[in-house]
Amino acid sequence: MKTRDLVHVALFAALVAALGLLPPLALPIIPVPITAQTLGVMLAGSTLGARKAGLSLLLFHLLVAAGLPLLSGGHGGLAVYPGPTGGFFVGFVPAAFVIGWLTERAWHRLSVPLAFAINVLGGIGVIYAVGIPWLAVSAGLPLTRAAWGSLLFLPGDCVKAAFAASAAVTLKRAWPLIQPPRAAEPPAAPPP
Amino acid sequence: MSPGLYVHRASPVHATPAGAKMLGLLGAAIVLLLFSSPLVLAAALATTLGLYALARLGPRELAFVLPLSAWVLLPLFVLQGVLSGWDTATRAVLRLAVLVLLAMLVSLTTRASDQLETLQRALRPLARFGASPTRLGLLLALTLRFIPLVATWVHEVREAQRARGLEHHPLAVLVPLLVKTLRTADALAEAIDARCFDAEDPS
Repeated sequence: MKTRDLVHVALFAALVAALGLLPPLALPIIPVPITAQTLGVMLAGSTLGARKAGLSLLLFHLLVAAGLPLLSGGHGGLAVYPGPTGGFFVGFVPAAFVIGWLTERAWHRLSVPLAFAINVLGGIGVIYAVGIPWLAVSAGLPLTRAAWGSLLFLPGDCVKAAFAASAAVTLKRAWPLIQPPRAAEPPAAPPP
Repeated sequence: MSPGLYVHRASPVHATPAGAKMLGLLGAAIVLLLFSSPLVLAAALATTLGLYALARLGPRELAFVLPLSAWVLLPLFVLQGVLSGWDTATRAVLRLAVLVLLAMLVSLTTRASDQLETLQRALRPLARFGASPTRLGLLLALTLRFIPLVATWVHEVREAQRARGLEHHPLAVLVPLLVKTLRTADALAEAIDARCFDAEDPS
């Protein structure tokens, strides 16, 4: 890993943390504020690619586990993990990885709808896949009920996926970072 | 490292090594998930509160946990009580409360820097798979330094877009923020390389 990659990993971990510390971005249409860090997870995945994004979120986990109150609402510490939402948080890591992996594969034909599908799959599918069973075990709820309860967050998460997708596609033009697995053309890296 | 949850007191709980406390928490979580009879739970709750007293942490520090109980545990209790009976509800919520209290105790009595060090030590075996402690140290230091900086950037970008009447347009905020982050990353990587930090150094 080059120094530049290390710095990317660190900066995106900081970005996810900063998104949690912020006052929510208010949306004009939908009454769900985008504060949550899942947006940061999606952005990391679709900007950095699988390996760096996964590492970045692992790093973020390390800081939260060590007791820094970096989750939105000032939560932090090990208390996050046994709590009912712990699984959603743990799901950040595989979610960022999956989004990054799919984005790398779709890089050449990345469009907003495709990026949206990727972000929904990773940022909602993967996170819920880890979070819902965790919620069921942690709270002693039947799985189906835990799943129904999580539907509450679905609209907000879809909005976040849409914004992450548009940001990813705009960024692909403005500052491309991901290099597709079998690049036929010379890698489109920003100037050294 | 000031922004942690740590509260300083002179107590045996504070003096216990971070690793022991974290392992203890892990053990408690597993035991409570396996055995959740009311008797075990009551004993666990009593022990936990006793540990708080031993750590000389009073109701003021406990109040830290209250928002969580109010927003998550209470609705959960009601939901479960209605859906699957009050007995199950009490047990599940009590178990969660004990675990959250215990985990909070670890965070309140252990410095974040100590916990980070412990975690780094626990991760040391990963060096075999190419994760060097030097790099991990650099990563942690960089991230901690950058959290307040990125937060300032978000503020700046929002201010700038407000001047253009765009502050409610998330994309107008996100894209400049990302570009700024990436541009800084490049400058920073160059600066680090110029000071001869060798990222491939296996030590």
